[in-house]
Amino acid sequence: MNREKDYEVVIGLEVHAELATSSKIFCSCSTEFGGLPNTHCCPGCIGMPGTLPVLNKNVVEFAIRAGLATNCEISGFTKMDRKNYFYPDLPRAYQISQYDIPICKDGFIEIEINGVKKKIRIARIHIEEDAGKLVHDQWSTGSLVDYNRSGVPLIEIVTYPDMNSAEEARLFLEGLKAILQYTGVSDCKMQEGSLRADVNISVKPKSQEELGVRTEMKNLNSFRAIIRAIEAESRRQIEELESGGKIYRETRRWDDEKGVSFSMRSKEEAQDYRYFPESDIPPVIIDSEWVEEIRKSLPELPETRKRRYMEEYGLPAYDAEIITSSKALSDFFEETVKNGANAKTASNWIMGELLRLLKEKGVEDDSIPFPPVHLAKLIDIIEKGIITGTIAKKVFDNMFDSGKDPVAIVDEQGLKVVADTGTLLPVVKKVIENNPGSVADYKAGKTKALGFLMGQAMRETKGKADPKLINQLFIEELEKL
Amino acid sequence: MKLHELDISQLSGLIGRKEISVPELTRSVLDRISEIEHKLGSYISIDEERALVRASEVQEKIDKGEIKSPLAGIPMAVKDNICTRDMTTTCASRMLDKFIPPFDATVISKLNENGAILLGKLNMDEFAMGSTSFYSYFKKTKNPWNSINTPEVLCEGTPVSVAAGEAVYALGSDTGGSIRQSASMCGVVGLKPTYGLVSRHGLVACASSFDQIGPVTRNVRDCTLVLNAISGKDHMDSTSTGTSIDDYSKFLGKEIKELRIGIPGEFINNKGLLEEGIGKVFQDAVNTLSGTGIHFEEFSFPLMEYVLPVYCIISYGEISSSMARYDGIKFGYRAESCEDLIDLYKKTRGEGFGPEVKRRVILGTYFLSAKQYEKYYKKALKLRRAITDELEKALEKYDVIIGPVLPVTASTFTEHAGNPAMANEYDAFTCIANLTGLPAMSIPCGRDAMGYPAGLQLFGRRFREDILLKVAYAFEQNLGEVK
Ligand SMILES: [Zn+2]
Repeated sequence: MNREKDYEVVIGLEVHAELATSSKIFCSCSTEFGGLPNTHCCPGCIGMPGTLPVLNKNVVEFAIRAGLATNCEISGFTKMDRKNYFYPDLPRAYQISQYDIPICKDGFIEIEINGVKKKIRIARIHIEEDAGKLVHDQWSTGSLVDYNRSGVPLIEIVTYPDMNSAEEARLFLEGLKAILQYTGVSDCKMQEGSLRADVNISVKPKSQEELGVRTEMKNLNSFRAIIRAIEAESRRQIEELESGGKIYRETRRWDDEKGVSFSMRSKEEAQDYRYFPESDIPPVIIDSEWVEEIRKSLPELPETRKRRYMEEYGLPAYDAEIITSSKALSDFFEETVKNGANAKTASNWIMGELLRLLKEKGVEDDSIPFPPVHLAKLIDIIEKGIITGTIAKKVFDNMFDSGKDPVAIVDEQGLKVVADTGTLLPVVKKVIENNPGSVADYKAGKTKALGFLMGQAMRETKGKADPKLINQLFIEELEKL
Repeated sequence: MKLHELDISQLSGLIGRKEISVPELTRSVLDRISEIEHKLGSYISIDEERALVRASEVQEKIDKGEIKSPLAGIPMAVKDNICTRDMTTTCASRMLDKFIPPFDATVISKLNENGAILLGKLNMDEFAMGSTSFYSYFKKTKNPWNSINTPEVLCEGTPVSVAAGEAVYALGSDTGGSIRQSASMCGVVGLKPTYGLVSRHGLVACASSFDQIGPVTRNVRDCTLVLNAISGKDHMDSTSTGTSIDDYSKFLGKEIKELRIGIPGEFINNKGLLEEGIGKVFQDAVNTLSGTGIHFEEFSFPLMEYVLPVYCIISYGEISSSMARYDGIKFGYRAESCEDLIDLYKKTRGEGFGPEVKRRVILGTYFLSAKQYEKYYKKALKLRRAITDELEKALEKYDVIIGPVLPVTASTFTEHAGNPAMANEYDAFTCIANLTGLPAMSIPCGRDAMGYPAGLQLFGRRFREDILLKVAYAFEQNLGEVK
């Protein structure tokens, strides 16, 4: 029985993004990812007695940037609070976070679904510190703790339950990720855990006004996991209700490998975090001048860029959307155009060959292995007729693998177009001689046969033959028969 | 006169005139410790060798003219909740009995720059929760004024070391009154500076918004010299604040007759709390001072009745959180043979903490719990603001406010040290300064019927230690030393 269409899914997100500041939130230790365990640590990072947290001003600035870019109101007065709970990765046994006065509140991000624009409201953005990481030692039964991540600054972005499908949640996250990358607030590297989300889901019959009971899934760290978790959990809830069951307010753990979620603990027995004001850090006063200064320094945001690509370069909405959804890709595109390439051609290469290779080779779009100027050069030599389109694809593959300049690749491998009659005529003659069937077809008026013959000639010349010249030679030679 | 009886200015003079050397002076104080420490138990740890090496180094620097501070070459000690690099900092707790910080507290770095000679670490109540050392994991420190005829009185090590000549001066910490209460019982001077005047970096937190480090000295002048060295803004403590005052000693000896001094009626008319003997010592001191032309005025401080509950709720809440990091995972005591993580937490904290720490942690956890927060903590925060406003308003009218330090005698205080219901009450006069962040100090003003010293407490305006110390000095001159 498929009753899913009679239900509405309601989704809210709590997104944690690691800030791209070079030092931690309360000390000067490095935030760099990796490093031997417990090497990016000072006495403060491990909560040693006598140490005090000193708030990194950049963290406040980054959070304001994120708030402004997501249309939030910035608080003139904000403060830190302690969230108390015991866990070995939390060195002080309290996390310094923000409780009742977050830095930013009441913002939104606009998404577009099936051509219709929709605002997803943001309730708040606050700053807090990350915890360390438990490492389960494979040689003993115990666990070890690595505090390198302890004190890495985070912002938590909390939305209203404004999303009604996994697709909407995906679009929101894509939009948010792009904004955070454009503003330099976070690099959003999901594989390094610098962007992760808690998902709140409830379902209700479409006819019903009030929201259903919601469950929460914590710490999902890939878009794929988030989408799959939303789909599976909403299906589970609908099935539960359809079979006369009840949804309980609880935290569930999503197992992405198995594709199912498990109940972890009910909210009734939820932890009491005993929030109270952090007295080691004085309240932060944010004056409006500072906010304006930051607002002025904000770079062009993805939405604006997208519109500009469509208007200025005439890119189709789809292309503009894909390219601007990643700051790295978009910056690559801009640089390519700045180096003289035609925008539409550059976009075609990026949308086609580049994205294909990135995907195939599992390379992130911020690690494209060659500079934009190489793509611009490649486009240039194609346009000048120095290489053919077929050869260009090969050169592109080579550029991607070796990082070499396309002109050098062409020279080294002798890939220039062959455009002299003296070389090509014998090839044409040979192809005609070897393919009497196709020749007969051509003569009988099947012009398609010419394509086949040209293909044969290209193969003979390893794709280097100037297509115009060879086309002309075939027509002349076939006429003679 | 014996060297260990002299004050900072006198000793600094002797060193400057090369009448004694720093190693000699250090040796003499160490000898005094050997002579008397077994009777008192002020110290948790003493590092003789380190002190003597340091003494030679400092002497050399003085000879080369590299240090000019009056503290140069003066042997001193600090309470064992102030972090010292490569020296244990135990907080008198089993939890930290082997803890060696890899860094110095800011006050220690500053004293080092001034050429101080650190002798060792002083006994205290576990994690500074008390002023008698009753709750020390290691031992109980005796008041040097004990005699055969009187019941034994306990005290934390900080003022005992100073009163008994085991250190020329010491640094203590004050969360609800420790510095002032223990100084009062030992007949020495103790100052809790304005919250923020002295960096807390390296002070093991008890209750963060109440804690302050302060000097314990033989007299007010010494107090100004130590304060000069340890005060000032510190980038390691964002609650620390600088002031433009660089030398507090220059205000000493100035006329104070034109100043207005207030006495809260709620201190001296509270017959239920104030012991008669203490009331008399205080009144006698006021009478003596009045005789020299100083004017006093009684005023009303109606919010006084809320001071203790507000202090307990907020400080215990903070304590429950600052004690949470002692979980057996990273440093300090760890219980053995635990079944799982929860068992490790329970055993470690159960075995590592003493009863007073547990009592405050449990109460603080309760006050902060979601169901009780509005009822207790939130109200207490509002009242803290109101009490502060009321006292600051009174301080617009009065240059200084005075009262007794403790409502009871040293022997009553010791008698009830292990009884929280009683002991709590005795913080009533001192914790106001911690609750409001205002500076307050204790100077000796007489002796009770059993012969134990009792202090007079002075409260000053925020960051106006200059006025506070000026008045304290004038009082000290007129009251004479407690012998
Ligand atoms: Zn650090």
